[in-house]
Amino acid sequence: MTDWPILSTVTFLPLLGAAFILLIRGDEATIARNSRHVALWTSVVAFGICLLLILDFDTTTAEFQFEEYAPWLPEFGIGYHLGVDGISVFFLLLTTFLVPICIISCWEAVKTRVREYMIAFLVLETMMIGVFSSLDMLMFYIFFEGQLIPMFLIIGIWGGARRVYSAYKFFLYTLLGSVLFLLAILFMYLQAGTTDIPALMNEVWAPAVQTWLWLALFASFAVKLPMWPFHTWLPDAHVEAPTAGSVILAGILLKMGGYGFLRFSLPMFPDASEFFAPFVFSLSVVAVIYTSLVALMQQDMKKLIAYSSVAHMGIVTIGLFTFNAQGIEGGIFQMLSHGVVSAALFLIVGVVYDRVHSREIASYGGLVHRMPVYALVFMVITLASIGLPATSGFVGEFLIFVGVFQVNTWVAMLGLTGVILGAAYMLWLYRRVIFGELTKENLKSITDLKMREIGFFAPLVVLVLFMGIYPKPFLDVLHVSVENLVAQTQMARTGGADVVADLLPDALARALR
Amino acid sequence: MAEFTTPDYLTALPEMFLAAVSLVLLMVGVFLGNRSTNLLTWLCVVAMGAAFIMVLVGSHAHSTTFFGMFVSDSFSIFMKCLVLIGAAVTLIMGMGYVKREGMNRFEFPILILFATLGMLLMISANDLIALYVGLELQSLALYIVAAFRRDSLRSSEAGLKYFVLGALSSGMLLYGCSMVYGFTGFTGFDEIAVAISHQGVDAHGAVPIGILIGLVFISAALAFKVSAVPFHMWTPDVYEGAPTPVTAFFAAAPKIAAMALFLRVLLGPFHELLTQWDQIIIFISIASMALGAFAAIGQKNIKRLIAYSSIGHIGYALVGLAAGTPEGVRGVLIYLAIYMVMSLGTFACILAMRRRGQMLERIEDLSGLSKTNPAIALALAIFMFSMAGIPPLAGFFGKLYVFMAAIEQGMYALAVIGVLTSAVGAYYYIRIVKVMYFDKPAESFDKPIGAELSSVLIGTGVITMFFFAYPTPVLEGAQAAAALLFP
Repeated sequence: MTDWPILSTVTFLPLLGAAFILLIRGDEATIARNSRHVALWTSVVAFGICLLLILDFDTTTAEFQFEEYAPWLPEFGIGYHLGVDGISVFFLLLTTFLVPICIISCWEAVKTRVREYMIAFLVLETMMIGVFSSLDMLMFYIFFEGQLIPMFLIIGIWGGARRVYSAYKFFLYTLLGSVLFLLAILFMYLQAGTTDIPALMNEVWAPAVQTWLWLALFASFAVKLPMWPFHTWLPDAHVEAPTAGSVILAGILLKMGGYGFLRFSLPMFPDASEFFAPFVFSLSVVAVIYTSLVALMQQDMKKLIAYSSVAHMGIVTIGLFTFNAQGIEGGIFQMLSHGVVSAALFLIVGVVYDRVHSREIASYGGLVHRMPVYALVFMVITLASIGLPATSGFVGEFLIFVGVFQVNTWVAMLGLTGVILGAAYMLWLYRRVIFGELTKENLKSITDLKMREIGFFAPLVVLVLFMGIYPKPFLDVLHVSVENLVAQTQMARTGGADVVADLLPDALARALR
Repeated sequence: MAEFTTPDYLTALPEMFLAAVSLVLLMVGVFLGNRSTNLLTWLCVVAMGAAFIMVLVGSHAHSTTFFGMFVSDSFSIFMKCLVLIGAAVTLIMGMGYVKREGMNRFEFPILILFATLGMLLMISANDLIALYVGLELQSLALYIVAAFRRDSLRSSEAGLKYFVLGALSSGMLLYGCSMVYGFTGFTGFDEIAVAISHQGVDAHGAVPIGILIGLVFISAALAFKVSAVPFHMWTPDVYEGAPTPVTAFFAAAPKIAAMALFLRVLLGPFHELLTQWDQIIIFISIASMALGAFAAIGQKNIKRLIAYSSIGHIGYALVGLAAGTPEGVRGVLIYLAIYMVMSLGTFACILAMRRRGQMLERIEDLSGLSKTNPAIALALAIFMFSMAGIPPLAGFFGKLYVFMAAIEQGMYALAVIGVLTSAVGAYYYIRIVKVMYFDKPAESFDKPIGAELSSVLIGTGVITMFFFAYPTPVLEGAQAAAALLFP
């Protein structure tokens, strides 16, 4: 390892690119062309650096690596602290992997205000990388909240017909959830005297305090994830956002909620987490079944995928709150897999939307006759979304359910019905769009994937299959950190949940159980 | 006072300098007439700059003069710096407007200078009489500038409303002062503090009812000056009616001076009564935050919207005062400093809202600004997100410190209400962003906006955007100033 501040470089490189785009001069076409290129190359370089980082990553330790520290608000003991461990490093990789793909995908789709679009995207990338690499709670919060600004603009400026409503809903929902998180951070800071995440992990909180802090964090992460019933912003935001915006929303922003649970709720408030686990399980099971049924009835392709995201994230939360290594590793793996799969699904919708300008399922049918390559890609991704063995979706779901069966058979059974329903809506969607007779007039001249589109689908498909067939490299990196997390929660959880239960009013405690 | 000693003039040097300069400039104006307005404005700015330097290089030690009526300390230095910056910047920003909109009379910059002098005196007041004199000097000048466009009905109405309600609040202030004087026998802050602490001890910790009544009246009058709910009614009308540079001045300088006075009075002479006035502050803080958040939603005029937003911001600043700790006061000071920068920037944007020579004030006039005037749109978007408290912009840090103080004191309910109202308030801030970025473009604003406005826009925008990178000077200044109020 060298002294080169590799994490800072990755985090702020996109911002540098954005500043550079701002300086481009010339007529509109020149600016648009150059902005696209700058954005693409910046994000590709960021991805390259991330690959270097993972090659250098030491998989034998659960310690944070590539740490950087500088005093930032020295009066308050708040520092600029970056670092990654086995859990966060893949989210970093996922982020930097998806952003170049997004930029290629909107190469032609975005025609207006290209410069602003690219700037917003690069700023967003910095914020996302910052969330996963910061080791200071206040910094985490700043990045976590800061991405509201570019995302709000992306949905609102380049979105669909109801973009304004959706942008508001996204912004205000997320903000409302996270302000309570801010208060929790302040409280923890005042109690512990630091916002340093590794230091806070060693702090032991009284059970009563844990309950409130856990709830405050839950308000933020549950909205972000999103968990039922806090998910209503998601279908709107997904549907109205431009394709690349949906990809980032589904691929990365949702994962921040899950990451938050892993980074804060589980290790810092293990007693409260255990106490609330049945509550989380209930919400997740409802999410899995209910949103799957809702997805089954959707007329709009993007909406269907949005609801399927809620269902899949429900399975993730079930995994995370099993507190055993299989469940948590499965949860993380499922998040990564869903990041790739849902990103690919939104891109798939984007491809036909660019050609036909409709998201209605009913306006398609029989595409296989004109678009064989497209049908193939769609099939692989559909099967991955269902969780067919040899695709990435299978590994995550399998591990999660192995974990859940050790904890609660009912949760596992009900959760698995969601998987069945998932197969139903995805396969039905596939049948209605791809198979059947090609009767619609405007589809008769539709063209298959272009080279550019094959270019961004190929890595996604390869990754989906690779993760499904040979998940070992991923799990190896995860393993030590997850074991450490499990040990942390086990050590603290010695009857703590009962103490938490005693502190709440009886009725509330019973209801939550 | 048995014998007369020469007061220490050096302590009050900036104020005496400004007083002398304003009189001289008044004479210059009388002789040269209205064509000298431009020159006088620049001279006023220079005088404020000189006073700023005097404040900064002057002694930072705690010192009183004029028989303890006037105090200079790190708290007053911090506040005076803010006020002087605010006043000077608004004068510069307003120059174009003053020239174009028939306000080109030499009294304008001089009245602003007088008001600024009044504010400096308020900030340094260490006696009820000094407080009143400073406050009135400021208010009288402000009444006139609010009504400065005599030919405009709205401006005259604003001035009159401000005057009537301002007079009422001055009356309340005087009544409160006389009650306090009657029950303690002193007008000096230090003596009142001693008197209250003695009396409080005598009667089983109970406070004489007269002092309490006096405290309530003084608090009400000061709440009026900072426009906290329920004494806010004048704000939207005056903000909307007054000429825009005057509104910018109202938002930047007098609020800060009045808040300084609020802090000094409540934490100085009435520090012993913290548990008594705390209830008042908590109530007006919550009420201001809530009203600021909800009442602004339906506004169509941007000046009116900013008026409601300023009520909300005062509510947040008062959260820090409610905590009643050095950390809380530090939060208030940081909040005020950041708020001043944001509101100066916002008003610079409003001053740039001009189409074919006509000033515009409706929010819908901003539609599509990101296409027609991208730089102004970007700046205004930064200010709006910052006022909404979205990190990493400056406004977030302002809120961070006041809420930190509230949580430290265990005021969880106050903090929770505060953050929830800030989420509600975010709605109308992002509405402006929506109008500028999502709506169809209207006709472009007049270009260029002028060197003064653009430099103010760039300066405030950069500070708002990059405050997080180097917050130390503001933090340290606020820290030192806050520590002083807690001996």
